[in-house]
Amino acid sequence: MSGQLEIITSKNLVAGYPGNIVWRDASFSIDRGEFVAVIGPNGAGKTTLFRLLLGLQQPVSGTIKIFNASPKRGNPQIGYVPQRHIFDGETNVESLELVRLGFSGKQWGLASFNSAKRWRHDGLFSQKDRKAAFDALEAVGATDLAHRSLAVLSGGELQRIFLAEALVSNPTVLLLDEPLSNLDMRREKELLQLVSGVVRSRNVTALLIAHNINPLLPFLDKVVYIANGKVATGTPQDVLTSECLSALFGVQVEVLRDSRGNVAVVGIEDVHRCQ
Amino acid sequence: MAFDINPWNYLQHMLQYQFMQHAFEAGTVVAIIAGIVGYFVVLRRSSFAAHALSHIGFSGAAGAVLFGISPVFGLLLFTSVGGLGIAALGRRAAQRDVQIGTVLAFMLGIGVLFISLYKGYATEAYSILFGEILGISFSDVLLTIVAGSIILALVAVVYRPLLFASLDEDVAEAKGMPTLLLGMIFMLLVAIATSIAVQVVGVLLIFSLMVTPAATAQQLAKRPRQVIIISVAIALISTWLGLFLAFYEPYPVSFFITSIVFIFYLFVRFIYRRIRPSFLVCSSGNNSD
Repeated sequence: MSGQLEIITSKNLVAGYPGNIVWRDASFSIDRGEFVAVIGPNGAGKTTLFRLLLGLQQPVSGTIKIFNASPKRGNPQIGYVPQRHIFDGETNVESLELVRLGFSGKQWGLASFNSAKRWRHDGLFSQKDRKAAFDALEAVGATDLAHRSLAVLSGGELQRIFLAEALVSNPTVLLLDEPLSNLDMRREKELLQLVSGVVRSRNVTALLIAHNINPLLPFLDKVVYIANGKVATGTPQDVLTSECLSALFGVQVEVLRDSRGNVAVVGIEDVHRCQ
Repeated sequence: MAFDINPWNYLQHMLQYQFMQHAFEAGTVVAIIAGIVGYFVVLRRSSFAAHALSHIGFSGAAGAVLFGISPVFGLLLFTSVGGLGIAALGRRAAQRDVQIGTVLAFMLGIGVLFISLYKGYATEAYSILFGEILGISFSDVLLTIVAGSIILALVAVVYRPLLFASLDEDVAEAKGMPTLLLGMIFMLLVAIATSIAVQVVGVLLIFSLMVTPAATAQQLAKRPRQVIIISVAIALISTWLGLFLAFYEPYPVSFFITSIVFIFYLFVRFIYRRIRPSFLVCSSGNNSD
């Protein structure tokens, strides 16, 4: 897949805040249509990478570019699913409404105030977002959840709704922050197949933050491994090696593989995160 | 008035009086506004912040009385400044109960000082605390209508962004929405709504119009617009019925309004949820919006 259109590039990127560097010297590129896992221990700075790409945080030094420009907040080409947050039982709002807002939530006013024609066509409330929302729900196989309340959905169902909310504006990059937490192994696999299907069919680039890389291995094009204040990037075969991870963690670690290709990284139990 | 089987005659009799006309006009505007703004209060889990705003408004109203101006101006000033202050604390600040409660207590204390400095009648304080809709003047009605129109116009402009930021703040922020500004506009809406609602139910009972109707409506529907319509309907019915009963019975309006709202709440919470009559289910099914 490499060598195609570069979507994200970074050179000597340093992230965090002056005096509190999270990681440094990250240089990598991610291409169009790649499925990328962002892996690393808690607090290693995985979400920081997303915040940089979303323009919510500025690099300390170095450059990061997305679509050949510095990240800017509110880029419509990025679909974002933050780490969260189960809706509590009191939030009785149907799923369709959340997905619709992903499409039209940025529109001020009830309808176009200055276009009588649009007013006549759409009425007081535009229905365009409704169609887009149903299309997005269909893409994630969740049309049956459209009229269910967010409060009663399971973790896996919620993640599909969030994915629809991100997809509804037709982005070219998806940033998914720990969508697999709170999912059992079966739902985990279902969601990954779904994301992988979206990546392939829509030629979307997806970055997915996860703790455990094994369930992702069959789908991945690239790994961004963040640990010990450093970042290693490459294909799973290149990154998940004893040499590469030893260099990353700064101690001798071993990457073991079982017959199915699952990996286990041994020797990092005693490594403390240093910043 | 002698007993009459036709309620229409009671209504006609009641509306002969100008003070009842004023009460109905102001009460109607307040119920509509409180029902709408209340939905966002419930959705954003800001009911304590809204409650606190009305208490902050109490000292403003007491101060206005002390200086011989209409309490509603003091209310507007103090609730607006207080609301913007809470919103400026930033993200999730509306849920910082301890800080808000601390300021609330301090402001109430100032209100007590103002009341004690005021040499007039103690009824002024009483009416700020519990409402005084039956004594509302024509100029207060006009002010209520103006304030209500401002809120309606503001909600019409920010409706979708505010809904988005209330439901999914992280994504809204990443999409470039001015979430801090929206939080400020929201608190300003609450401040103005509170200021005019105080005339009807008073600062202590504001919850009954600003929170309970919306919370009740949320149990009945899942689409924001439907919830808002039901919330307004509950607030309207409670206010109208409360005014009607208070005219014929020697008990306070705010007692009746809070009781009727409470009955709605109890019914939906404990009876409706068990029986769920099919003719009332307006939130399921595939009917197009």
